[in-house]
Amino acid sequence: MNVDADAVSAALSHLADYLGWHVLLSLSAILIGVAVSLPLAVFCTRSHVMRGAALGFAGVVQTIPSLALLALFYPLLLGLSAFTRATFGIGFPALGFLPALSALALYSMLPVLRNTIAGLEGVDPAVKKAAEGVGMTRKQMLFLVELPLAAPVILAGIRTAAVWVIGTATLSTPVGQTSLGNYIFAGLQTENWVFVLFGCVAAASLALVVDRLLALAEAGVVGRSKPRMAAAALGLAIIFGAGLLPLAVSAKNRPAVVGTKNFEEQYILGALIEDRLRDAGFSTVRRDGLGSTVIFDALAASEIDAYVDYSGTIWADDMKRRDRPGRGAVLAQMTDWLWHAHGIRCLGTLGFENAYAFAMRRDRAAALGIRSLGDLADRAPGLRIGGDYEIFSRPEWRAVERIYGLQFGTERQYQSNFLYRAVASGDVDVISAFSSDGRIIQYGLKVLSDPKGALPPYDAVLLVSPARANDARFIAALRPLLGAIDLARMQRANLTADREAGKRSPEDIAAGLDAFISGRRSQRR
Amino acid sequence: MIELRDLSKQYGARAPAVDSMNLRIEGGEFLVLAGPSGCGKTTTLSMINRLIEPSRGNVFIDGVDTHQTDPVALRRRIGFVFQDVGLFPHMSVAENAGIALKLAGKRPQEIGARVDELLALVRLPAEHFRNVLPGALSGGQRQRVGVARALAASPRLMLMDEPFGALDPLTRDELAFDYRRIHERLRLTTILVTHDMTEAMLLGDRIAMMREGRLVQVGTPHELCSAPANDFVRAMMESPRRRARALAEVQADEK
Repeated sequence: MNVDADAVSAALSHLADYLGWHVLLSLSAILIGVAVSLPLAVFCTRSHVMRGAALGFAGVVQTIPSLALLALFYPLLLGLSAFTRATFGIGFPALGFLPALSALALYSMLPVLRNTIAGLEGVDPAVKKAAEGVGMTRKQMLFLVELPLAAPVILAGIRTAAVWVIGTATLSTPVGQTSLGNYIFAGLQTENWVFVLFGCVAAASLALVVDRLLALAEAGVVGRSKPRMAAAALGLAIIFGAGLLPLAVSAKNRPAVVGTKNFEEQYILGALIEDRLRDAGFSTVRRDGLGSTVIFDALAASEIDAYVDYSGTIWADDMKRRDRPGRGAVLAQMTDWLWHAHGIRCLGTLGFENAYAFAMRRDRAAALGIRSLGDLADRAPGLRIGGDYEIFSRPEWRAVERIYGLQFGTERQYQSNFLYRAVASGDVDVISAFSSDGRIIQYGLKVLSDPKGALPPYDAVLLVSPARANDARFIAALRPLLGAIDLARMQRANLTADREAGKRSPEDIAAGLDAFISGRRSQRR
Repeated sequence: MIELRDLSKQYGARAPAVDSMNLRIEGGEFLVLAGPSGCGKTTTLSMINRLIEPSRGNVFIDGVDTHQTDPVALRRRIGFVFQDVGLFPHMSVAENAGIALKLAGKRPQEIGARVDELLALVRLPAEHFRNVLPGALSGGQRQRVGVARALAASPRLMLMDEPFGALDPLTRDELAFDYRRIHERLRLTTILVTHDMTEAMLLGDRIAMMREGRLVQVGTPHELCSAPANDFVRAMMESPRRRARALAEVQADEK
C-alpha cells in the first residue's frame, strides 16, 4: 500500500498544472463553441439550406473519433501556420493549445446548435405573432422573446457540450496540450494504474461538478430564480478561478519545455533532462506522449526546447533517406542536416541505441532454428508477427520485408505493454521490439540479427530547439548526459519502469540515473 | 379615419383570401368585421397594420398610405389584440402591459405609472397582478392584460381579432361590455373581427359583412336586419333571433 500512497502523492503533485490547463482548455473551447453556435443556430432557423448544412457538418464532426479529430488539427494548423508565416510573416504554434482548442470547440458545437434551434423553434407561434404585433423588430423579438424563452433548452445544450468537452479534453495530451489526460496516457504507458484512475476520477469529477452547476443555472432560468442563477455563476467562477490561478502564477517566466514520445524510456529521459535543467535553475514544463513527427515539428518550431530522438528515425522520417551509409556517417549527416534545414542543434549521442529489432522467444527460435532475419524468410508464411501501432507503416519495416523477402501469415498490432506478453504467451511468434527495451531481458527474448543491414542505426541523440540553440547555460546543463548512458544501463532503467513487482516511477529512475551521472563526473574530476 | 381601397390578398394560385375590399371607417367608430370562418376577416384586419402584406390595394390611415410607413413604427401606433392573447410567458403582467412603452424607450418610472393606470382601466388591481406571470392568470384575466398591452402606447386605432372568442360566456360578455366602455371613454377607433353575430350586433356601430373574401354589405345592425342585401346577410343577421326562438321552444317544452 506504500507504493500506492507514493503514486497518489506523485499524482497530486501534478494536479494544479494538469487541472489548470484542463479547465482553461475546456472553458475556452466551450466559450468559442457557444459563441459560434448561437448566432449560427439563429441563422439556421431562418434558412433551411443553412440549417441542413450546419447540422450536417456538426453531425459529421461528431462521428469522427475524438482522438483523430484532435490529431488532424495538428497538420492542418501546421500548414496554415506555414502559410501565414510565408504570407504575413506571422506564424502560430501548431502544437498544444490551438489544435486541442479547435477540435474541442468543434465538438461542442453540435449539442449547442441542435438545442438552440430546437429551443427557438419551440417558441409558441402565438407569442411570436404577438411580439410582431406590438411592434418588435426582428432583433427585439430575438432578444426580448425568443432567446429568453429558449434559454432553458439552450442551457441544456451547453450542459451536454460542457460534459463532452471536459471528457474529451483528456485526449489533448497526444497533441502536446497538458490536461488531466496526462495522468491517463502516462499511466497507460507505465502501467501506473493509480495515475490512470486518478486522471479518470479527476476528469469525471470536474465534468460532474460543472454539470451540476449548469443544471442549477438551468433550474434558475426555468424558475426565474435569481439566487439559483447567482449561486451557479458563483460556483462556476470559483472553479475557473481555482483552476486558472496556478497557471497565472507559473506563466510569469517562460519555462524550458521538455518533450517526450509515448514510451517509458522517453519518460525516464524526459525526467532526466528536466532534472538537469532544474538543477541549472530553469523552470521546466513537460509535454509528454507526443507522436513521433509531432514532436520533431514541435522542436523545429521551438514549441518544445529539448527531447531525445533516435538517429534512424530522423534519417528515415524527416530526411527521407533510404540509403545506409553506416552509423557514424548517419550521425554526422543528420547533425549537419538538422542544423542547416531547421536550426536544430544535435548535442550528441547519449551512449546507447534504441534500434528497431525483431525478437522471438528463445525456445521457439531454437526450435525453428532461427537466428537472424534471413532465417525467417522461409518460415514467415506460417508465423504470426506482432507489432506496435507504428511499425507496419514504417519504412524500416518495408525495408526488412523487401530485403529479406518476408511475408508473414498474420500481422497483429498491440499496445507495447501487451506486445511482449503476446510473444511470451505464444499468441504471436515474432514481435517488433526496441533494442533498449528492458523487457527483452525480462522475458529472455532472442533479438534476431540483421546481417544485410536492412535496419538503420538508432543512436539516442539529444536535440535542442532553434530558440535554445545558442543558450549556453541551457546546453551546459545538458552536456553531462552525452555518452553517459550505455545500453545495459538503459535496459535496466527501462526494466525498472516496466516490471510488475517493485516498479518505480520514471522520475524516480531518472533521479537515480542523474545521481549516477553526477557521481561519475565527480569521480572523473 | 381608415380607408381600405381595393385591398386584396392572394396566396399562390388559390382563390383570393381577400378580394378588392373597399371600406371607410370613421374616427371614433366601432366597426365589426363579421362573417363565417375563413371569409377573410382576420386577413383583412392583419393587412391594416401590415402583419400581412397586401397583394394589391392600399390602406390609408388619416390619409397616409401605410405602404409609406415603416411597418414596425406602424404597429407601435396601432393596438392589436389577438384571439390567443399571446402574452409573453417569461414576463410579468406589468412587463407585458408595458412592453410597447419599453420598445418606445420610455423611462421605467414612467412605464410603471402608466402600467398601473392601464391595469386599473382593464379592472385588474395593479397591487395584486403587477408581478404575476401570465401562467397564473385565468383566461379572462389574460385577455384583460392583452387589452392593456394593446392600449399602452395610447393608440388611436385598435384592431381586435376575435378577442373574446376563446372565453366562457360570462367572462366574454363582461369583457366585451368593459371594452365597449373603454372604447367610448378613450374615443378609440376600433375594428373588431368576430363570427358571433350577437356580439357583432351588440358591440358594433356598423357591421361589415364578408363572405369568401368579398365585402357583401356594410351598415348599422338595424340597416342589415331591415334591408339585407341578399339571403346570406339575412341568414346571418337572423341567426341570433333564430337561436333565441329555438331556445324559447326548448324552455317551453321543458315546462
